[in-house]
Amino acid sequence: MNTIALVGNPNCGKTTLFNALTGSNQRVGNWPGVTVEKKEGSFKFKNQEYTVIDLPGTYSLGSFSEDEIVARNYIVNENPDVVINVVDATNIERNLYLTTQLLEMGAKVVVALNMIDEAEAKHIEIDIKKLSEKLGAPVIPTVASRKKGIENLISKAVELINKDVDYKAHISYGQNIDREIENIKKFLENKRLNYSPKWLAVKVLEGDKDILNMIKEKDEQTYNSLESIIKNDGFENRELEIVDKRYEFIHSITSAAVKKPKENVVTLTDKIDRIITHKYFGLPIFALIMYIVFQLTFAIGQDLLGGIIGTGLEILGEKIDSLLVSINAADWVISFVIDGIFGGVGTVVEFVPLILVLYTLMGLLEDSGYMARAAYVMDNLMRRLGLQGKSFISMIIGFGCNVPGVMSTRTLDSNKDRMIAILINPFMSCGARIPIYLVFISAFFPDKGGLVLFLLYALGIFVALVMAKIFSKTLFKGEASYFIMELPPYRIPTAENVLRNMWDNVSEFLKRAGTIIFAVVTILWILAMLPIGVEPYSQESILGQIGTVIAPIFKPAGYGTWQAAVGLFSGIAAKEAVVAILGMVYAGVEEGAELVKAIQSAFTPLSAVSFMVMTLLYTPCAATLGVIKKETNSYKWTLFSAVYSFAIAWILSVLTYQVGRLIGLS
Amino acid sequence: MNTKVLAQLHSGENCKIQKISAGFMATKRLYEMGLNSGAQVKVIKNDIGPIIVSLYGNKIAVGRGLAEKILVEN
Repeated sequence: MNTIALVGNPNCGKTTLFNALTGSNQRVGNWPGVTVEKKEGSFKFKNQEYTVIDLPGTYSLGSFSEDEIVARNYIVNENPDVVINVVDATNIERNLYLTTQLLEMGAKVVVALNMIDEAEAKHIEIDIKKLSEKLGAPVIPTVASRKKGIENLISKAVELINKDVDYKAHISYGQNIDREIENIKKFLENKRLNYSPKWLAVKVLEGDKDILNMIKEKDEQTYNSLESIIKNDGFENRELEIVDKRYEFIHSITSAAVKKPKENVVTLTDKIDRIITHKYFGLPIFALIMYIVFQLTFAIGQDLLGGIIGTGLEILGEKIDSLLVSINAADWVISFVIDGIFGGVGTVVEFVPLILVLYTLMGLLEDSGYMARAAYVMDNLMRRLGLQGKSFISMIIGFGCNVPGVMSTRTLDSNKDRMIAILINPFMSCGARIPIYLVFISAFFPDKGGLVLFLLYALGIFVALVMAKIFSKTLFKGEASYFIMELPPYRIPTAENVLRNMWDNVSEFLKRAGTIIFAVVTILWILAMLPIGVEPYSQESILGQIGTVIAPIFKPAGYGTWQAAVGLFSGIAAKEAVVAILGMVYAGVEEGAELVKAIQSAFTPLSAVSFMVMTLLYTPCAATLGVIKKETNSYKWTLFSAVYSFAIAWILSVLTYQVGRLIGLS
Repeated sequence: MNTKVLAQLHSGENCKIQKISAGFMATKRLYEMGLNSGAQVKVIKNDIGPIIVSLYGNKIAVGRGLAEKILVEN
């Protein structure tokens, strides 16, 4: 089967085009070894099936970020039959930068000149024939959001697959660099390096670490001679000059093929931005939008849909219970199905609506272009705390679930910003922790629920910000951090994109519920049943014994019981398991009034608060630790994250309890 | 002609980027976003927080620290 790769800048409408091309034939996975999302789809044309690979959106094909490397390696190593380069017609100069790189690589390129309608509305005139001539690659105008030009694009791409073409953008880098490129090219020819020698030569001169390492691995001698050439050529800013020359090449194209109005018209985006990014109104507007997002998430996701699903699960559980009893199933089978599966996975499924609503709303904000503004308005404040505007977005996503929260730190360019954002993300109280708070709230503070929840969230944010400040002054002192971000024009989000994006996230969550959480629940259940003959979920079970061993640690915090310890222990596996486990060890039920009653007799209001502080802040769940390992690529930082958050949680929990006692609460 | 840094310009002013003296990674990213030497930009907003510039009619926000390191002439 032939493959077509989609490449383009962020915000160029690439995802929309991907959806328009492939419809519902899509699969989402990960690129091997990295956490960059891999989207694959297919379409049929004249009875032939074609695979479409959606490469990550990048500005360039350097080795700047994981996204770029993934995109580049795919094109170079997997040799897609055609590359569709999506170019935003309203932002053609910047977008063509990537195009020139693709052409230089020797890829077969079709340019999809997307959002041509918006360009027209902005009175940007593009001479498509001339553009294509100058680039040396076909250009097809498209409006992906309205599925315009898609047929043309497909037939052009397919036509190219069977054609032997040799596009090479002939960019001159100026006499000196050109001569050096030729020189290096000679060294690289016949070295069986798998890449076009010219492209390699340019990359070598750009100081591309990834490419240099590859050459070094394959042929150390060549590498050494290259190094000495570069050292002795007397250039200072070669890399930047190369970028400059690419732009010069682009300008020579656009000056011939693109006409823009002299004075920029004041667009609707400009008008909206005047309010949204306003010096004084920007932050309150952002706060208001976030408030609405969370209100809607909880009102629709939790109270309405979550309630319905919860009731449904309860009825289903009872039905299955009586069914199992009626067929005389063994006690342990009933216990496993009802306590293990329904208790564990069931509580997770109840969160699906919450996550569903949250991601839909986040997707709306993202696709409309507001998220970039949110990062902008938060930057000033965040900078004082040792973070930057974009970090805040990952924190917000963390409120849903820390796993995507940690993953979203990828948009941060500098190592320092990224590491800090990863390390503080688990302090953002994720959806899975809510049911724990809710149990304690209904046991002790039934009429102050909103306030308690608000204070817990606030404490999480506060601790995150303090730690960010400390990290930026200590562990990552002096490392560079910078903020560059495109503010795309506001667009009306398409339902298709938003829903698809939401579904990708929700199905990811469901997959996790079905695998990791299911496994965790099963293991916890086994630990609670063994050794054979003990009362399940009793202190004598292995689970109970683990709890007994670690319980003394929590004594100064006011809940040094084996039951509480078991609850916290299971929370390291998955926070979703805490309530179910507490229910089983305290009352022999998963949730509901009996658990609340049991909690009331086992805790005091003060130790309940202290316990909630602990659950808010302590060691992230296994899935989050897993993704921290993936993103930092370091066991050291993963362990650090697990340990330091436990230490902070313990200290604050103990402090809460002891100070509370001193001032006479309890 | 006079040389300033981007962060000193007021909203509405036009300028041409001369030189960027930030770290390599940041400079390269600016270049790749189109903010290379010779680029004509217009300052859209400069009050608090990052500076918003318009480049070929598209908006880019640049952090204040970085904008201090972008030499421009206007």
